[in-house]
Amino acid sequence: MTAGDVSGLVSDALERIAGAGDPAAVRSLEAELLGRRSQLATLRSGLGALAPEARKEAGRELNAARARLEEALAARRAEVDEAERRSRLEAERLDLTEVVPTRRRGHLHLVTQARDRLEDVFVGMGYTVAEGPEAETDWYNFEALNFPADHPARAMYDTLYLELGAPESTLLRTHTSPVQVRVMEATQPPIYSVMPGRCYRQDTADASHLPNFHQIEGLVVDRHITLGDLAGTLDAFTEAYFGPGFRSRLRPSYFPFTEPSAEFDITCVFCKGDGCRTCGRTGWLELGGCGMVHPNVFRAVGYDPETWSGFAFGFGIDRMVIMRHGIDDLRELVSNDVRFLRQF
Amino acid sequence: MRVLRSWLRDFVPLELPVDELVAVLDDLGLAVESVERVGEGLEGVVVARVLELGPIAGADRIQRVVVDAGDTEPVQVVCGAWNFAEGDLVPLATVGTVLPGGMEIGARTMKGVESRGMLCAADELGLPGGHDEIVVLPAGAAPPGTPFAEAAGAGPDVVLDLEVNANRPDAMSMAGVARDLAARLGLPFTLRRPELAPPGPVEAASVAIDAPDLCRRFVATVIAGVRVGPSPAWLADRLARAGMRPINNVVDASNYVMLELGQPTHPYDAARLGGRGFRVRRAHAGETLVTLDGVERALDGDLLICDAEDGAIGIAGIMGGASTEIDEHTTEVVLEAAWFDPLAISRSARRLKLRTEASARFEKGCDWAAIDPAVARFVELLSGGDQLSVGPGTDAGGGLPERAPVRVRTARVNQLLGTELTDVDIAGYLGPIGFTTLSTPAPGVLEVALPTWRLDSATEIDVVEEVARLHGYRAVPKTVPRSPLTGALTRYQRDRRLVRHILAGAGADEAWSTTFLAAADLERCGLEVAEAVVVANPLVAEESRLRTSLLPGLVGSVAGNARHRITGVSLFEVGHTFRRPPDGQQLPDEREMVAVATAGADAREAVTQWHLLADGLVLGDWQLEACAAPGLHPTRTARIVVEGEPVGMVGEVDPGVLARFDVDERVAWVELDLERLLACPHGPGTYRPISRYPSSDIDLAFEVDDATPAGAIERTLAGAGAGLVSGVRMFDVYRGDQVAEGRRSLAWTVRLQAPDRTLTDDEVGVVRRRLIAAVEENHGARLRG
Repeated sequence: MTAGDVSGLVSDALERIAGAGDPAAVRSLEAELLGRRSQLATLRSGLGALAPEARKEAGRELNAARARLEEALAARRAEVDEAERRSRLEAERLDLTEVVPTRRRGHLHLVTQARDRLEDVFVGMGYTVAEGPEAETDWYNFEALNFPADHPARAMYDTLYLELGAPESTLLRTHTSPVQVRVMEATQPPIYSVMPGRCYRQDTADASHLPNFHQIEGLVVDRHITLGDLAGTLDAFTEAYFGPGFRSRLRPSYFPFTEPSAEFDITCVFCKGDGCRTCGRTGWLELGGCGMVHPNVFRAVGYDPETWSGFAFGFGIDRMVIMRHGIDDLRELVSNDVRFLRQF
Repeated sequence: MRVLRSWLRDFVPLELPVDELVAVLDDLGLAVESVERVGEGLEGVVVARVLELGPIAGADRIQRVVVDAGDTEPVQVVCGAWNFAEGDLVPLATVGTVLPGGMEIGARTMKGVESRGMLCAADELGLPGGHDEIVVLPAGAAPPGTPFAEAAGAGPDVVLDLEVNANRPDAMSMAGVARDLAARLGLPFTLRRPELAPPGPVEAASVAIDAPDLCRRFVATVIAGVRVGPSPAWLADRLARAGMRPINNVVDASNYVMLELGQPTHPYDAARLGGRGFRVRRAHAGETLVTLDGVERALDGDLLICDAEDGAIGIAGIMGGASTEIDEHTTEVVLEAAWFDPLAISRSARRLKLRTEASARFEKGCDWAAIDPAVARFVELLSGGDQLSVGPGTDAGGGLPERAPVRVRTARVNQLLGTELTDVDIAGYLGPIGFTTLSTPAPGVLEVALPTWRLDSATEIDVVEEVARLHGYRAVPKTVPRSPLTGALTRYQRDRRLVRHILAGAGADEAWSTTFLAAADLERCGLEVAEAVVVANPLVAEESRLRTSLLPGLVGSVAGNARHRITGVSLFEVGHTFRRPPDGQQLPDEREMVAVATAGADAREAVTQWHLLADGLVLGDWQLEACAAPGLHPTRTARIVVEGEPVGMVGEVDPGVLARFDVDERVAWVELDLERLLACPHGPGTYRPISRYPSSDIDLAFEVDDATPAGAIERTLAGAGAGLVSGVRMFDVYRGDQVAEGRRSLAWTVRLQAPDRTLTDDEVGVVRRRLIAAVEENHGARLRG
């Protein structure tokens, strides 16, 4: 055995290692070059025949050769493993823009979204949320609210009656106000409550009317509640719901169940109060009605109007929604066309 | 109520700009709906006398007109109208005039004839009337050259359309609006009261009142020597601008008085009355009357005006009859001026569906003290320059309602308004609108008289509102009361939101369907029509029933989307349904329901949606029981039973129903009674420790009858394992050669696990045998090898 034999073997083996193309080739080369039947093994087994000095020298040489080959094999193995991993991942390459979603999330109706937000604003102000039936008696919808029979103010509400009980004794509530009466009958003051829900009028559906629509009503009954409290509460609500800079204002009006009664306007959502076509250049948009609870309403539910005072306010959710989202026809809200529903 | 600024100025010296006037009216509660400027642009229009008419060669649609326009030289114009003659007075727009419509008048030549101006039709002047005829002024109205606006009373004006609330009878008149403005602006309010001349030699009319409860005052005044003709131009013009059509001087005077003072009156032709007098009574059953508008109306207890021979001649407070109408032959007029019970008029107007200017005033409550001034004003307007003979007025009635003064407590006012007003402030606000402070019985207490023109006001709170109005709502300092309560949604309200979010998360869009249905909609859906509540007065048949289920609305919406070629939609809705109540109960059986319709999916999707809901709500023990239900697929529907309580249905919509809606996809269906569902135990409970020991899975396949519900076996598997079964999952359903006809193979993986130890093979074997025995015994099942 000569030094030349070993170095020739090594250079030959290194060349083969460099040429190994995949992990399997590296594995079989390893067996061939370092295994029991490898040339190195054969040479090692021949060491015994050498003189001690030469054996020592040759042994060192063989160990060095083996180390070089092991190192080269490990390096090559890492290379081909990496190459193979890359090619496997390359084969998995996916154009994520070609994905078609197989599931979709549904959308809450705009009116629900608005109602939830309104409820949340008032809950934040310490109010509870009360509800009541949509089919009502004349008592809750009118009589207890200080609308005596034949009162001309009843004509303000185009009431739909139901064929239940005596004629015109049962109806579809024309406003959420019957819930005020139900809440006051069921509890004692203080009351801080809002009452959202569906209401009905005998109306032909058009761009600005629907025979069924949604309102939210507020009722506060406590000691020493004032008209100033009503104005301030509406202001606080307006700012919380519409955002900073939005204000409200009152204009005298008439409702049988409140006195003094008022309409309330809010800063125009389109021009922020500068005046535009939608608000008739006034900078204000009419939102709803309100007022101080009429003493007769308190009497109807057994509250002493000298002890308690309160205010109530109400407005249409649907109209507010179409105003806010620039929808020009209320009927879109009931179209149930998913091209509408999925926009919001 | 259309209010003319010029008319208001008859009573109050209003000088403020229009936008400020609008703001003041708004703040007084007289909302201004629109502002119209009228009569502007007539500066160059003068009165001209027609001197000569002549044809134009080669033109048969225009003629040559020479007029005297007050200048030294006559003016020649070309005109396309033919309704006037030589000597008539007509409006001439002179060269350089820009008319209200924007048309500029220049000198032109037509067919070789020079035209230096234009004769005007009403519309060209911005006046009510057409385009076909040139306006012809009454003879002698004004000398040629007079500005037309001056001659016709059609000067520039501002018309404000006010929305008058039910509690403002006073604001149904020019004088009433002027009074409110004067009070707010601190201006003098002057209401001139014309005097009636002493009665002339005219026989009075008799008045008999059979319904003194409804007719509290009735004044009949006979006026002789009347000549019926057109009203003076200024009067007709005011009426027209206020929205009433001029008819003749008698009717116009009546209308004018109503607009000015708020008191409706009615003139009858005395010669056409049966007998010289009136009877006021309730209508007999079956009685009819042809009203002024030519309509025969069936009466039913309405208050009637009859003549002395008891022939009906008018519906009190609403509309007169045609038979006694004033016409050009009328020479003697009997004027009715009365006060009727507001509720009676409101009731009649509503029943007859006949709202008139008169009924709108009577039902708010007219001012009985305005009756005499109204009669005097009518006579003054009608007489013009003529001498009329007015008989003694006959005044009858059932006695006027009591109007006791009201005690107003200053502390109460301030406590309700949040103000710090004094007695003097309050009396100062109230005085100018007629709520005169009579006395102050004690400091802080005012005794306030109620004006007859504010019959809506009767109690202290009504007066408090007047104080607020005159003080200004916006002058009240804003405060926010602090709620002593904890604001919160109820558990039901929170869970309802959760249900909505679960369904939206499951891919359903939220719909809003109308509550109304036609009977045919219910039939189409296989639902019982007799159960539905009937709407007594629907506008259309589609709104004659209340929905008993959310099915018609949602399936209809699926169909609506399909018509736009949008298939596979999933819609849910939370809403109320209504059923006729059991006997003895007035209100319907009203329930809040939630339903999901998913097109292009079968009952399996519905069951999955139910699983999502049950899981999301952390519902306790529930099961599905196959059943049939109206409108649903007869073999693919189950009732959902939670803790023994039925809460809804799951399955598919009946294909027959879908066919009637032209829906050609399957539609999965879930409908739940939300209140019942959420009344069942649900929600996160007490922690159950999670076992840290290994689990063992065993697979079991059984052959069972097709009629045996898999769910029932699954419940047995879950319950029969001595507490060691931690999961049961079905992984195979097989029908075919390997099992008997009418039976199927169902296979489950059952996971066994103990909380405190690793199960031994022996223990697993014991449980396995117990499970097999339980299923075989209870369900007629056989373990497959």
